[in-house]
Amino acid sequence: MAKLEDPKDPEHSANSESPKKPGLRRREFVKLVGGTGVAATAQVLAGHKLAAATTTVPEEIVGSGKVIGPGPVPMTLRLNGEVKELTVEPRVTLLDALRNHLDLTGAKKVCDRGTCGACTVIVNNKPVYSCSVLAIEVADRDGKPGAHIRTIEGLEPEGKLHPVSASFVDNDAQQCGFCTPGFVMSCTAYLEAHRHPTMEEVKRALGGNLCRCGTYMGVRNAVVQAAMSMKGGRA
Amino acid sequence: MADYHWPPTDKCSLIGRRISRLDGAWKSSGRIKYSYDVNRPNMLHAKMVFSPYAHAKVVSIDTSAAEKMPGVKAIEIITEPGKEVFWAGHEVAAVAAETEEQARDAARRIQVRYEKLPHLVSDVEPAKAGEHTKQLAEQTDGSPDQALQQAEVTSEGEYGVPVITHCCLEAHGQVAEWDGDNLTLYASTQNVSGIPGEIARAKPPIADSADKVRVLSPVMGGGFGSKFGADTWGLACARLAKKTGHPVKLMLERDQELMAAGARPSMYAKVKVGAKKDGTLVGWQSESWGTGGPDAQGGAPNLPYVVRIPDRRVRHTTVLTNIGPSRAWRAPNHPQMCLITMSALDDLAAKLGMDPVELLQRNIEMTGQLAKTYSAELEKAAELMEWKKKWHPRGERTSGSIKKGLGVSIHTWGGAGHPSNCNCVIQPDGSVSASLGSQDLGTGTRTVIGIVTAETMGLPLEAVKVNIGDSKYPADGASGGSTTVGGVSSSTRRAATAALNQLFEKVAPSLDAKPDDLEAVDGQIRVKDNPSKAISWKQACAKLGTTPITGVGQRQRGNDDLLSSGVGGAQMAEVSVDTETGIVQVDKLVAVQDCGLIIDLKTAESQVYGACIMGITYSLFEHKIMDEQTGHCLNADLEFYKLAGIGDFGEIVVHMMTGPEYDQRGVIGLGEPPVISPGAAISNAVANAIGARVPTLPLTPDKVLGVLEKGAVA
Repeated sequence: MAKLEDPKDPEHSANSESPKKPGLRRREFVKLVGGTGVAATAQVLAGHKLAAATTTVPEEIVGSGKVIGPGPVPMTLRLNGEVKELTVEPRVTLLDALRNHLDLTGAKKVCDRGTCGACTVIVNNKPVYSCSVLAIEVADRDGKPGAHIRTIEGLEPEGKLHPVSASFVDNDAQQCGFCTPGFVMSCTAYLEAHRHPTMEEVKRALGGNLCRCGTYMGVRNAVVQAAMSMKGGRA
Repeated sequence: MADYHWPPTDKCSLIGRRISRLDGAWKSSGRIKYSYDVNRPNMLHAKMVFSPYAHAKVVSIDTSAAEKMPGVKAIEIITEPGKEVFWAGHEVAAVAAETEEQARDAARRIQVRYEKLPHLVSDVEPAKAGEHTKQLAEQTDGSPDQALQQAEVTSEGEYGVPVITHCCLEAHGQVAEWDGDNLTLYASTQNVSGIPGEIARAKPPIADSADKVRVLSPVMGGGFGSKFGADTWGLACARLAKKTGHPVKLMLERDQELMAAGARPSMYAKVKVGAKKDGTLVGWQSESWGTGGPDAQGGAPNLPYVVRIPDRRVRHTTVLTNIGPSRAWRAPNHPQMCLITMSALDDLAAKLGMDPVELLQRNIEMTGQLAKTYSAELEKAAELMEWKKKWHPRGERTSGSIKKGLGVSIHTWGGAGHPSNCNCVIQPDGSVSASLGSQDLGTGTRTVIGIVTAETMGLPLEAVKVNIGDSKYPADGASGGSTTVGGVSSSTRRAATAALNQLFEKVAPSLDAKPDDLEAVDGQIRVKDNPSKAISWKQACAKLGTTPITGVGQRQRGNDDLLSSGVGGAQMAEVSVDTETGIVQVDKLVAVQDCGLIIDLKTAESQVYGACIMGITYSLFEHKIMDEQTGHCLNADLEFYKLAGIGDFGEIVVHMMTGPEYDQRGVIGLGEPPVISPGAAISNAVANAIGARVPTLPLTPDKVLGVLEKGAVA
């Protein structure tokens, strides 16, 4: 399954407060330039007094000439079938936009580096790590509608359980539950595209989601049950 | 009158059955709010400043640049200039700003000057650790020298487990909100009832008194022993909220979580163990060491583990390091002691040419009171593993690069219930609630309380409301050491029985019976010997008029007939080792576990499955890797601090020991025991497969290939 991956960042893990390393970190750079190639950087970078880093900016990004940010900018998200307006800095991830600005907290922040899958949402029918996508990347742009984003809150109205969520309950595929919404979203996206999965395929499909409590046995069973109930006409 | 015992399980409609957890739908729908999810009006976000050095003195802190950053509202100094920091990631300051991004920016603008001091971040053996050693514990029982001299076979080896982290998926942290002089903390904690007192003791003072502090934790995203305290970030968060007059959210970032928020002490040992030719163990000698960080945390191990060889000499040294502070990690010390002991016994069995299961059975009386339980558990595990059919002497002789092997281990844990108080209320409309200042870490505590209440009242589970995760409810113990289920089961049973007895007194006249002659079954109150004389639960409760009934229950101090302690447990692992790549695959893990009376079989089994997977993870992947040069943790992220994924292991088989002889022991905790044995069972299986011991966990490909190069059988 296509999950957007964040570039590996060897610098972030330690010494983030070191006075010896004031430079631009790679992840921050990715956030600044938007990862889309449209956000201009020269002014953004100057605004952050990091002009020295401009030498590393690819020419095609600098050349686009259009400046967005670095301050908050208005944007429109197509979220769970609704249109949501918000104003955030271009560097804000989709995950932080959902959690901090729209109070949609089903997607969890765990690794914040595209590894654990706790933040999984469905973007244009594909499971995506929302910590590794900028909100602005999936927002409306140039008059064209942005991506269709589904969060776990959009699976069913409050009080109703989606068949995948229900199968997680039935099979006790959750303990502390912090990884669970991410699993449910990965599982949902996968089953919507693959109605007859084998267990080996399921293991690969959910290999991008991590659990610390060790609920994987329940998850394996839950996927089997969910596949059956989704075939039965639901969803 | 009070009749505090458990009903026979064959008479139970709920206790001992497989029941889905009460908060399952809250979690799997993504609707329930964890601490990390709490968003309050006008809330600020705070970020921590952590020391980049493993050991240093803080010389100065300049916050002026940070204060001028956009959105910044307040800064809190945690480590004042002049004080030392003792690990990379030691808390120095915290800053609150309007957005999370602004807070992160500002944290990086706080200029801290340090004077670097010497550090030690490798848990080397004491002889190489110089002055960084402490707490030499030594114990001699019997005559170990003589015993080992007279032993017909002896085996010597070195075994160990490195420092690993807790890696809770919900980072440590909280939201703090003041209303006048009252503080509400939405905290991710294992200790809802204990945090207010800790906040009230803070210096300089934060809250006027403990009763001005309310802790809320309806659900929490994992603790594993690392979330008992308010922590420096909890105090800083409360202070920032007070300073700014805004609610403040402060959750650790992932690297901070792995560097500072808890580690399991390492343990290594040089062992000599001796036996007679028939396998009877005669003597043990071990020199062990390990690090619990800068303080001598963790205490000395009690070796050998479970199998108490009468003649022994043990010595333990703590190595003081700047790896980071240790915290209790699920079954403190036990997985380490188990790996060391069961590896040594397995190596001895190989030297004796004996099946290691036979060796354990031969010496089963040395396990003490639980000998019969262990024996039965080993038999059951062997059956589920098909041990006799599959086992071969050490070193698989078949051709091909994949070698298969089997390993076994046994473990123990106490698990007596902690202090617990429950209020059980029956309302005139028939509704029932049980309230405790306890918390559910994901173990199923909420569900267990509901089951006990409903079973006692003869009601369906849906009829009972469970109130936990709030410090305004009756005080309860912290959830650690498998102490919760025993505590809350006892207090809840007592509270529910007390409430029900009051209801019986109200109802008895209308049924023309004595209160003692009544029972609550199937939603009715009825006369025991004459079930046709009955009224419905609702009708019975209507007789209360306008006054609800409160039943108060407290876990008995000392002996409590509703609970006990001391469990066994046997596990067997089957592995495949690729001798070309060094990759170990756990094909099958069998876990046989007793825990007295099981309240909810479904969540109990989940505990064991989860423990097995956590065990596979620390056996194959986990290691907090430190760089001696810089003093940094090199893998403070989820990419290189590896957790097993759904496809990283094969089959897991869980068998709970049940039946009258287990039920009559009452409730015993289960969280810790099954996580103890996987390391030893898997390590032994690898040794059985490749014909030589990989001495330390995790069993990574480089170590396996290193051992193979030295001339293992394969």
